[in-house]
Amino acid sequence: MTIQQERVEVLLPEEHPHHAEPTGLLKWMTSTDHKVIGKNYLYTSIAMFLLAGLMALVMRSQLVEPDNTLVSFQQYNELFTMHGSLMLYLFAGPFAFGGLANFIIPLQVGAPDMAFPRLNALSYWLYLSGCIIMLGGFFTTGGAADFGWVSYAPLSEATNSPGAGPDMWILAILLTGFSAIFTAVNLITTIFYLRAPGMTMFRMPIFTWGMLVTGILILLAFPVLSAAMVMLFADRHFGTHIFTVQGGGVPVLWQNLFWFFGHPEVYILALPYFGVVTEILPVFSKKPVFGYKGMVFATIAIAGLSTSVWAHHMFTTGVVLLPFFSLMSYLIAVPTGIKFFNWIGTMWRGHLSFKTPMLFAIGFLIVFLTGGLSGILLASPPIDFAVHDTYFVVAHFHQVLVGTAVFAGFGGFYYWYPKMTGRMMREPLGKAHFWTLMVGFWLTYVPMYALGLIGMPRREATYPAGLGWTLWNQISTVGAFLMGASFIFWLVNIWISWRNPIPAGSDPWEYGQSLEWFTTSPPPHHNYNKLPPIRSERPTWDYYHPEAPKVERNGKQVIPALVGASSGSPDASNGPGAAGNGRSGGGSNPPEGHEDGGPS
Amino acid sequence: MRHEAYLYLTMLAFFGLVAVIYWFTSIEDSGTIMLAASALLGFLPGSYFLWWSRRMRPRPEDRKDASIPDGAGVIDSFPGSSIWPFVLGMGLALVVLALIFGIWTAVPGGALIASAIIGVTVESRRGGTV
Amino acid sequence: MDPKGKVRLSSTLYLTFLAARFSFVTAEPEDLTVPSERGSARNSAISKPHRSRGALALAALVGAGVLLAGCNLPAYGAHHGSTTQGHDTFKLWQGDVTAAIVVGLIVYGLIFWSVFRYRRKRSDNSMPRQFHDHPKLEIVYTIIPLIMVLVIFYFAVLTENNVDAVSSHPDLTVKVTAFQWGWKFHYLGKGVEVIGNTQHYPQMVLPVDQPVKIILVSADVVHGFYVPKFDFSRYAQPGVVNLFDLNVRHVGVYRGQCSEFCGLYHSEMIFSVKAIPDSQFPAWLAQARTTSPSHLLPGAPVTPVPPNVTPRLSTQVP
Ligand code: HEM
Ligand SMILES: [Cu+2]
Ligand SMILES: [Cu+2]
Repeated sequence: MTIQQERVEVLLPEEHPHHAEPTGLLKWMTSTDHKVIGKNYLYTSIAMFLLAGLMALVMRSQLVEPDNTLVSFQQYNELFTMHGSLMLYLFAGPFAFGGLANFIIPLQVGAPDMAFPRLNALSYWLYLSGCIIMLGGFFTTGGAADFGWVSYAPLSEATNSPGAGPDMWILAILLTGFSAIFTAVNLITTIFYLRAPGMTMFRMPIFTWGMLVTGILILLAFPVLSAAMVMLFADRHFGTHIFTVQGGGVPVLWQNLFWFFGHPEVYILALPYFGVVTEILPVFSKKPVFGYKGMVFATIAIAGLSTSVWAHHMFTTGVVLLPFFSLMSYLIAVPTGIKFFNWIGTMWRGHLSFKTPMLFAIGFLIVFLTGGLSGILLASPPIDFAVHDTYFVVAHFHQVLVGTAVFAGFGGFYYWYPKMTGRMMREPLGKAHFWTLMVGFWLTYVPMYALGLIGMPRREATYPAGLGWTLWNQISTVGAFLMGASFIFWLVNIWISWRNPIPAGSDPWEYGQSLEWFTTSPPPHHNYNKLPPIRSERPTWDYYHPEAPKVERNGKQVIPALVGASSGSPDASNGPGAAGNGRSGGGSNPPEGHEDGGPS
Repeated sequence: MRHEAYLYLTMLAFFGLVAVIYWFTSIEDSGTIMLAASALLGFLPGSYFLWWSRRMRPRPEDRKDASIPDGAGVIDSFPGSSIWPFVLGMGLALVVLALIFGIWTAVPGGALIASAIIGVTVESRRGGTV
Repeated sequence: MDPKGKVRLSSTLYLTFLAARFSFVTAEPEDLTVPSERGSARNSAISKPHRSRGALALAALVGAGVLLAGCNLPAYGAHHGSTTQGHDTFKLWQGDVTAAIVVGLIVYGLIFWSVFRYRRKRSDNSMPRQFHDHPKLEIVYTIIPLIMVLVIFYFAVLTENNVDAVSSHPDLTVKVTAFQWGWKFHYLGKGVEVIGNTQHYPQMVLPVDQPVKIILVSADVVHGFYVPKFDFSRYAQPGVVNLFDLNVRHVGVYRGQCSEFCGLYHSEMIFSVKAIPDSQFPAWLAQARTTSPSHLLPGAPVTPVPPNVTPRLSTQVP
């Protein structure tokens, strides 16, 4: 039934009448609720992550000794291609913008649902069929795609990679690409049109900002990818010669198109997770985000620059404008640095409590910093010449991607899991997960840096003995299995919370700041039965922590931290339930000196 | 609305500038075209939002002093649960698969897409049920 | 247009732009050098750069100190670069890693300091001060990284121009053709050709201390010409002719391998470069002419050879 959703002023006495919703399988298939779709996305993408992780473990087992024959060359090539594709196209992105964002963004802006609920459901079904089709490649006679996640033409042309597997890979990318575009449109519209009153652009949580900018990046990047895939498919089947020299085509064009998508994609995978970290750090430091506006502008700057650096992946082609791309790549370091200092500023002089989400967020800082620094090295063309396509690059991008998608991503999972399910995860298991992952992580990737520097190329099915590569590879494999094992803790954690629930209140972390912590866990149908007045970027905190000291901007105390419940305010005595209750509510009479994050 | 417009117009300005610099320093076509297209992507919604932001009063979500009751009333109508996105998605997947496995998957795929289109339309007219 | 020429032209434009903008340099961009960086004979005719004073202070203080000390910095695990080009890269690497480590230590220090110093005491339920922002501080930590990356960029461009410089009258030019899965080294005008595949790894013999011009092309898909000890790699791509110089500094045998994934036997696309004294090179050429193509080293015996490799050697390679 279509619901005319009204924004209600007071707590509703009873449920909406439309709650005769289907349950079970039918619910899964028919729901247009962003919370259900978000969870579908989350679980599907995590399944993809675990599958791709298993592939990684097989690869690491193959590389544990020289001239190993655990898997054949062909199988190894399929494995790294599918590992990379699953991780990037089907896990890291959808986990962020399909899973976390889908669930959280409407909550954070105070919306009842996404702007286009049915389109949202369609996105999920396209994504799911994309997953199935891509994995289906393994069951074709020629095997799955085996040209790397970048599928450089002309290797990916029909003459060099015939078969249904590569075709299925291309079409899966098309399907998931469209699903991403739809989701992006949906997110942007939701953020622009469904915000709660008072939630100005500069009061949105940084995660919402990150997703907004990510949405725009998706709109820039994914159409190019889809177009490239269509061209490639046409080359393979319809006799065009866009990427083949024989027919007068230009193979380098593929790289230009692909990386024009590929580099923004890297930030499509990073910005949401930056946002996650920016949500977690303040809550567990009991402080506001330091430099809110700096964060927003840094996000926008990163997005802009990231679309102008694509050819830093093509330095060694010899046909790109090295100084331009090098300079642009270096410039990205500046807004990223701003973010880092703001994160540190957020923790500075706070009261840090190290619950699992916080550990993962700090883990992200630690891991991503090394990844970012090695990235700065790679932005220098000569150094890139020396290590391009070696394990140095593999180590670099895993540091960045594991930092974002795994550390920040699972940090976000731990952080919002109580909100999504109404159940708590167990702290000791979460900490065990974190520490095993952390140790495994460094064991896996530091040897890869070393391997790259002494000359081991990436995408190598096997390697000869006597080059000094064996020991490093063995350490790396041990680390990889540790990383894999750490997820057992996570699975057990979910299992326990499912069998033996500890209910989470609306604000399980006690110092929740953004709007989602105001509603129940899990949120009711259409999310909010009441809303607090929104006077800053942390309405929930303002509402529940009137005792907090005043906010200091630029060294001066300017904002009375408590809003709607400050001593002079009419509804101070009414308690939390009366938030925004009628026009006399604290919201409409802001105490004197009120200021917020927005520009005047 | 204003800030939304500025966000997109920043895109227009930035990518416009980069496209020009890139064209004159690299003389490379594909990148220039993609950058210029990115600038256009900023222009279209940006100008639309700007146009509107000058013709309408700030919405409650644009006002720093708006209280929750200011936004009371109908927000929008949201469709309830619906099977048609699922049907449409499966139909599209089948049609796409026809490119590889031959036309026979396109037939059920097309049928699914058609029924989904009809289904959504009917559903919306009736007010929507499963 | 020759794509290579295009790139050189553009980087020239770029540097001129930079030179005008920041008055770092007034010399011809191609001739940019850091004085002490420059030991090799092949650039001796180049004039010393003139710099304006203010920029000199900046560049010298932040970056040059690091770079000039390059000889004494650790290698950080990298090869020292057995060509003059690679050695330039290596020095840049030393400087950049040093800078990265300094930055890393500072930021890690701040992170760990906040983590250990500001952990919440068990019983403490008070509220910390609520800093929201501090624009001046934020501007400071925007400007400082900006200056740092600009300096690093400047040195990257200097090195890049050295590494990419191609001599106009090389004594020896070798055309390298990559194919699935092997290499062909054609000594232009010398009547010598060396071809190898996954069973017989080819070897490229070069005179030491001589600029050798390499013309790199591909017969089928994208490959990567990569010699780890040269600190250098370059794609071999269909439709693109890549030119670069190798100026090997020491006698020796250097292992090389295809670096860009090129299909089934990518990991077996191995070759080597052997640098011999200049005086012995004519003799080698003469001998190679008679016995060519016997300069193949035994390949990996475990590798099965795909059926299509051997015929390719005789027929399809241009
Ligand atoms: C469980 C931890 C992981 C391990 C042990 C692991 C290991 C590996 C290995 C061994 C390779 C192949 C390297 C090669 O042969 O060149 C690889 C490639 C890759 N991995 Fe991972 N990985 C892990 C997690 C991730 C994550 C979380 C992501 C992204 C979100 C990721 C993205 C990629 C990509 C994009 C490639 C390149 C594929 C290609 O070359 O086409 N990996 N990984
Ligand atoms: Cu990139
Ligand atoms: Cu290769």
